Amino acid sequence: MGIDVLMSDTHRIAEAEDIVAARQAVRLRAVELGLNLVDQTKIVTATSELARNTLIHGGGGTMTLEIVNNGRRRGIRLTFEDHGPGIADIDLAMKDGFTTAGGMGLGLGGAKRLSDEFNIDSTPGRGTRVSVLRWGKN
Amino acid sequence: MDRIPILKMGEFLLVTIQVDMHDQLALTLQDDLTAQIVKHRARGVMIDISALEMVDSFIGRMLSNIANMARLLDANTVVVGMQPAVAITLVELGLPMRGIRTALDVEKGMVVLRAVKQSSTRANSLNGH
Repeated sequence: MGIDVLMSDTHRIAEAEDIVAARQAVRLRAVELGLNLVDQTKIVTATSELARNTLIHGGGGTMTLEIVNNGRRRGIRLTFEDHGPGIADIDLAMKDGFTTAGGMGLGLGGAKRLSDEFNIDSTPGRGTRVSVLRWGKN
Repeated sequence: MDRIPILKMGEFLLVTIQVDMHDQLALTLQDDLTAQIVKHRARGVMIDISALEMVDSFIGRMLSNIANMARLLDANTVVVGMQPAVAITLVELGLPMRGIRTALDVEKGMVVLRAVKQSSTRANSLNGH
């Protein structure tokens, strides 16, 4: 079952204000998609965690926001990419409490719990790509 | 530089967060509040987050920090007005928010602050302070 991308735009994440802008862009699309308030809040919160990871751990990068359709329903997919130091041990990084930059270490594990689908791909020395997807109803 | 205003109401301080905070603004609020607690000898801090549509781990940590710092300065903190969707999301995120007292709205928050202040005053007088 393929996924069609109905819309896509990319946001730069280079400073703290960009985290706020990313949250607001995702909120707007989540509302357009018809997500209920709890689901909106979950995906916006996941956005905040992942955008901050991209900025703090990845040294900045991008968020690509897509509206996707799998033939049955539409969803919102977010892909965060950076060219920072990467993550050597992804399993360890997914654990709550794991942190290297003074955070609470809830970024990755928390974002996964707030999403329907979660993918992470990281190469030490090359960078990290994290994507989350939240499906709308019906 | 933008700041979140801190209002003095008797011996309590009231902060109403009405903007989507960027991280630096949250850190500035933390510093400002601790300074104001000492300056006004405040016994309580109420933080109204009813306008906040999202609390992530950063903002959650800021709220915890404020509550802990205030406690060291002999002031109690109550966070009021959390939206239900925010509460649901915080639990799923796994944020413990330890040491934070909450109330549903400003009025109930005020009752909590007054009650906590009275019981701590009583405890101090029993200890001979």
